[in-house]
Amino acid sequence: MAKTITQEFTKGLWKEIPPFRLVLGLCPVLAVTKSVENGFGMGVAVIFVLVGSNVLVSMLRKIIPSKVRIACFIIVVATFVTVVELLMQAYTYPLFLKLGIFIPLIVVNCIPLGRAEAFAYKNGMIPSFADGLGLGIGYAVSLTVLAAIREVLGSGTFYGHTVFGPSFQPFNFMIEAPGAFVCLGLMLCVMNFIGKKG
Amino acid sequence: MREIIRMITVLTVLCAFSGGLLAALRDGTQEKIENQQLEFVKGPAIRDILKGSSNDPIKDRFKIKDGETERHVFVGKSGGKPEMVTFETTGKGFKGDIAMMVGVNVTDDKIVGIGITTHSETPGIGAKAQTDPRFSGQFKGMPLTGEFKIKKEGGQVDAISGATITSRGVADAVSDAVKIYSRIKPAISDKLNELK
Repeated sequence: MAKTITQEFTKGLWKEIPPFRLVLGLCPVLAVTKSVENGFGMGVAVIFVLVGSNVLVSMLRKIIPSKVRIACFIIVVATFVTVVELLMQAYTYPLFLKLGIFIPLIVVNCIPLGRAEAFAYKNGMIPSFADGLGLGIGYAVSLTVLAAIREVLGSGTFYGHTVFGPSFQPFNFMIEAPGAFVCLGLMLCVMNFIGKKG
Repeated sequence: MREIIRMITVLTVLCAFSGGLLAALRDGTQEKIENQQLEFVKGPAIRDILKGSSNDPIKDRFKIKDGETERHVFVGKSGGKPEMVTFETTGKGFKGDIAMMVGVNVTDDKIVGIGITTHSETPGIGAKAQTDPRFSGQFKGMPLTGEFKIKKEGGQVDAISGATITSRGVADAVSDAVKIYSRIKPAISDKLNELK
């Protein structure tokens, strides 16, 4: 049964939402979600890379010989990542300084490569576009939500604005790496709980 | 055999295309990136050194050839006259290079301030060189001549306690600035005259 374009798009938002359902791309999920700004910035970068690489891979899927397909995917993904890196340096330099190494690391992030292999290489351009956009937005949303929880609890701010009064004692644990694991685990638990019921 | 040729062709074309695209993009964004780096990495230090100036030192800058290298010189105007310049210099720190800006008043050759831009010193110890105004502030008003050394080695610079190597690196960087300044001063004066 062929899925509709809408289904390809919406599956990335819930059924296959990358960090929670596919449990992919966790390294940046844990590392950059200290603040909403970082999480959102990283999410936007991934959306761009994912959409770009998915569309290009699906365009070239008839030309790319299957024996060297992984190498080809890496070239395509790396090109888009470098484009993002250069554009970030040129236009949002402070964000680039904060995300640092995690932008180039999108290349080896499983999501773009995984989608290229599992979806774009076998499907047409429009479904691939929808797939990339859906998963990208799903990833960005998860990063932003996780970052929001950690930032609000860990430093008492949201997108750099103070939420609580001056008497608020920041819950430092949330900003540290273990806090990211615990928070991610709890979110996974909640999502599984809701998923089971529905 | 045909398959191998096909694989090689596809990979070559893809790589060439990707390389070309990235080279073009890099060319297109290089100037912008350079500006951003100046603004966010060196900008704070430059603005701090030239606090009293009436212009934007990042905009009023020029390049001067110093032997093989090109040096950026940032101009600070006071009362409409361009009389302060800052330029970059580096010294060897505890863990790596310490890059810093040195500001000098061209009328009397005295230091108006120094500011560290990038370093990899130990947080809380050597890193104080960047954050503690008592250390960086002591250079203010010293004439930019001769050699700079920490007091333990018979010089004039008060070292940060526990961070002798960092302090020495900063002193070396300022000594280096003396040499750079003496080499490029004629060129600076020419450029400043044009600005007047």
